[in-house]
Amino acid sequence: MRIDLPGAYSLSAPRLAAHGHHGAAEQADRALFGFWLYLMSDCVLFGSVFATFAVLANNYAGGPTGRDIFNLDYVLVETFLLLVSSVTYGFVMLALHRSSRATVQLWLGVTFLLGLGFIGMELNEFHHLVAEGAGPQRSAFLSAFFTLVGTHGLHVTSGLVWMAVMMVQITRRGLGDAVARRLGLLSLFWHFLDIVWIGVFTLVYLMGVL
Amino acid sequence: MSLRPGRLKTAFSAPFLALTTALLLGGCKLTLLDPKGPVGAGEKDLILISTGLMLLVVIPVIVLTLVFAWWFRASNTRATYRPKWAHSGRIEAVVWGVPLVIILILGTLAWTSTHRLDPYRPLAPADQTMVIEVVALDWKWLFLYPEAHIATVNEVAFPVGRAVEFRVTSDAVMNSFFIPGLGGQIYAMAGMQTKLHLLASEAGTFEGMSANYSGAGFSGMKFKAHALSQPEFAAWVARVRAAGRPLDGAAYAALAKPSSNNPVAYYAPADPALFDGLIEKYLGAPPASKSGKGHDMMHHGPGESGK
Amino acid sequence: MNPVFGKLTLEAIPYHEPIIMGAVAGMGLGVVAVFALITWLGRWKWLWTEYLTSVDHKRIGVMYVILGLVMLLRGFADAIMMRAQLALSYGANQGFLPPHHYDQVFSAHGVIMILFVAMPLVVGLMNIVVPLQIGARDVAFPFLNSLSFWLTFAGMVLVNTSLAIGEFAKTGWSAYPPLSEIAFSPGVGVDYYIWSLQISGMGTLLTAVNFLVTILKMRAPGMDLMKMPVFCWTALCTSTLIVASFPVLTGTLALLTLDRTLGMHFFTNDLGGEQMMYVNLFWTWGHPEVYILVLPAFGVFSEVIATFSRKPLFGYTSMVWATAAITFLSFVVWLHHFFTMGAGANVNAFFGIATMIIAVPTGVKMFNWLFTMYRGRLSLQVPVLWTLGFMVTFAIGGMTGVLMAMPGADFVLHNSLFLIAHFHNTIIGGVVFGMFAGFNYWFPKVTGFKLHEPLGKAAFWCWLIGFYVAFLPLYVLGFMGMTRRLNHIDNPDWRPWLLVAAAGAVIIAAGIGLQLLQIAYSIYKRDELRDTTGDPWDGRTLEWATASPPPFYNFAEVPAITGRDAWAAAKEGGLARQPAGPLQDIHMPRNTPAGFLIGLLSIGLGFGLIWYIWWLAIVSALAIFAVLLWRFFDEDTDYFVPAAAVAEIEGRA
Repeated sequence: MRIDLPGAYSLSAPRLAAHGHHGAAEQADRALFGFWLYLMSDCVLFGSVFATFAVLANNYAGGPTGRDIFNLDYVLVETFLLLVSSVTYGFVMLALHRSSRATVQLWLGVTFLLGLGFIGMELNEFHHLVAEGAGPQRSAFLSAFFTLVGTHGLHVTSGLVWMAVMMVQITRRGLGDAVARRLGLLSLFWHFLDIVWIGVFTLVYLMGVL
Repeated sequence: MSLRPGRLKTAFSAPFLALTTALLLGGCKLTLLDPKGPVGAGEKDLILISTGLMLLVVIPVIVLTLVFAWWFRASNTRATYRPKWAHSGRIEAVVWGVPLVIILILGTLAWTSTHRLDPYRPLAPADQTMVIEVVALDWKWLFLYPEAHIATVNEVAFPVGRAVEFRVTSDAVMNSFFIPGLGGQIYAMAGMQTKLHLLASEAGTFEGMSANYSGAGFSGMKFKAHALSQPEFAAWVARVRAAGRPLDGAAYAALAKPSSNNPVAYYAPADPALFDGLIEKYLGAPPASKSGKGHDMMHHGPGESGK
Repeated sequence: MNPVFGKLTLEAIPYHEPIIMGAVAGMGLGVVAVFALITWLGRWKWLWTEYLTSVDHKRIGVMYVILGLVMLLRGFADAIMMRAQLALSYGANQGFLPPHHYDQVFSAHGVIMILFVAMPLVVGLMNIVVPLQIGARDVAFPFLNSLSFWLTFAGMVLVNTSLAIGEFAKTGWSAYPPLSEIAFSPGVGVDYYIWSLQISGMGTLLTAVNFLVTILKMRAPGMDLMKMPVFCWTALCTSTLIVASFPVLTGTLALLTLDRTLGMHFFTNDLGGEQMMYVNLFWTWGHPEVYILVLPAFGVFSEVIATFSRKPLFGYTSMVWATAAITFLSFVVWLHHFFTMGAGANVNAFFGIATMIIAVPTGVKMFNWLFTMYRGRLSLQVPVLWTLGFMVTFAIGGMTGVLMAMPGADFVLHNSLFLIAHFHNTIIGGVVFGMFAGFNYWFPKVTGFKLHEPLGKAAFWCWLIGFYVAFLPLYVLGFMGMTRRLNHIDNPDWRPWLLVAAAGAVIIAAGIGLQLLQIAYSIYKRDELRDTTGDPWDGRTLEWATASPPPFYNFAEVPAITGRDAWAAAKEGGLARQPAGPLQDIHMPRNTPAGFLIGLLSIGLGFGLIWYIWWLAIVSALAIFAVLLWRFFDEDTDYFVPAAAVAEIEGRA
């Protein structure tokens, strides 16, 4: 019995090697736009977490306030690491335009280490706060603090995983169209996280201490 | 613009009311269209006037839909057929203009009526207003009379013609305090106080309920609201006082445990500080300077820090 | 807690509840029957290559529509149970559904109908139609499209699993805290709610990104935005709304999860939590969501009414601007869902008026459809009947909506059955009727044969009459002061109206039965109903310019566009189906099982998170990552169809 629903047609097209660079630019353009849209949606996600923090920022419930727990110097070092990593990622893109594989890998490695340092410092801060009894369960303010900073941290961590995967991919494949496209998207992502961090630093730490 | 509800009311509500009454069979009680207090009356007028205004557009749309669909049906060769006709500045002006005008009128009405019917607006000066504190529990209503020092469960009474200020909170989940026959409702939320002002202009017993689903016992979370004459009310208070057990910490703790379909219960004396204490216990031991901040915060708008 | 099974024990299976076990058995038998049928027909390989691993937007669209229709049956079964309960449960009779079961039923009904019926139907139609209407060969990211579907599928599986293992949320579909907090809802019901929405919501978000890029970057040459069919405009606006609102839902549910699993205090009663914030955030998503659903339905009506009136849509520009206005306004009205929370009169009035303003562009749309019929040659076929039914019904629903936007009126109507009547009036009268109009309209495009007309008409009349019989009584009950979500009544005045409403639900059931019959009978009679032209309705837009069903590459040559209603213009100019030149190789994406696999693994991930079976969640997450890596390193993701092969398919060799 033959059911003439869609799917009754089928074609086994011969496997063909991609015809050169046909459509690569178009594809990169779409990917960039799509990824930018995703970042905008991520912006909305951060927006709702930021708004939540703003609402809960004074709900200490008798627990510690921002002034009690934030160490601005420490956070400044963290911020510095992340900002510098954005610059070093800029060097990745410059090296990519020169098609210099080794330099791309070098700067990716440096960026990765800076990002790792940032995450390490953040985890250390969290660990200390929890140990002092200022964990996320203590008050709505602390729930919002851990969640906002943690959401950013999770994003940075996924950026790091992505970076590691890119380094493997470059080692195996070199700098092709696909790799170049993905490095471009990662660049957008990494700078975006920088901007978000500026917001976190200002709203959470600076305004919390002042 | 003179948007006097009275005048508009006669213009629109009379035929609509007649229609509604005709449509509905005898014996059916439309509580919202037969309110027993000024708040409910204002809400009823608003419903009828707005509906009348909107019917000015809605009825033509429905009639035209049916008429056009019938007249321009494919088999009707007498109807004009203009296969290219897809634009007319004049018609477009009308189709944007008419809804815009109606909404302008409705918007003005919305602005004035929202302020007039604001549940926070007192219906009488403070010294002539009776305060009743309301606590939503799982799944019953506790009413506290701070002046009389009595408390009741699932039954509330007040004098006819007396403005009542209900101060509402919850010691469990979110509920909505609602007496349809008198008009209005307001959410009951833990750690916060909301207010609802009502007035019964006729004696009678009204159904009260939670309008916001609150869990397993929700369907049984009902109460009777009695609007009594002054002597009847005094007698009622005396009865509560006589029959009531004291509402101390232990009695409250037992009452606050989840239970469904609770019968009416009376308590006397009831601690007048109980209500504020219930709100403050959720504020999580705030610094001394912050205590009492939970009151009335909601009125500045939701989303704001209410604690 | 058990490290292997988490919170899961044998007690989680409600074997002592005959109704639930009956439903589970029914579902199980259904799945077994489908599997047996596929095996008997020897179609497993076909299913795998043509559907499960397909990245073709048309196939994915078909799967969405099937998912939506199957879940419609589940959601409707819940509706019948609610109506039956309320018809019986009066006075001493407690009905047949105790609160702990009834509360799950109405919560599941809302979640399923909105997120697993209306959304899949809307996204399904968008998938089938949008690329065809803009003359594209596929969507911008075909693999993501497949992934989106399988994530929706995973969410759907989780919702249905809650029936057999554990429980669903007993909080209503909006899951307001503190009721949805662990203190008041310690079971897994809310977790099923959260994770099924999170996983399917991810799919929806990816779909929206995909369609935004597709519509903005892949239109056929010459098709400016203002030459695009209105359905594409509505798809564009809906996608915009999704991108801007779904992350809020994701964030809100994540915060609720943190409260529930890690003991945080976002929405708790104590330690500074703010339950009002959840309500605000939820409706910041929730209100745009209803426009996400209804805009594409408006798009369908616009296509249907123009095609069957045999003239262009009246006031195209107005229509586009009205759609855009609704898109914008839908973000500034969320507070009208809780006027009774105690915000000040200024705030309430602002949001009330903003809500009323939406009635202006919506009214404009109504009039534009009216004047499309005017001086037309309206052929009263099934899609038109749904459209006319919509126009009458939605006019009433819109009116009751504006009434509720009046804060003073809402103080007595809020949370009453009047509200229930209102939103069913707009969602059934708007979205559901729209989807059925679209289903009947585009069915021949997808399958190559029409749906049986008389059965379709009979189904329409049952639905329309059933709708009024079921929901007009709810308006009355609202005026009688009956609130929603009650599972027992003792007011004798309410009872007759509840009985009438139950009768209405039975009439709708007959309508659904007739629709199933219509589909089955049409497949049986497909040779008589076959359409060989590819254009059975004398359509106006590009999807009718290709064969039915369309070849997998949609168009052998990408059409060049010079005006609106491109296909109608081509037919008029005698240019239809004239080869434009020599055929060229066509670049197409290759099928991949990655989306399907990630979907299946997401079920494991969700199940592990719901039951605190941490190893399962971790293993599933790692496996998802592995599949993504594999896809990331796969270079063989697309291919070219040689011109000669295209010529052979097109019969031009």
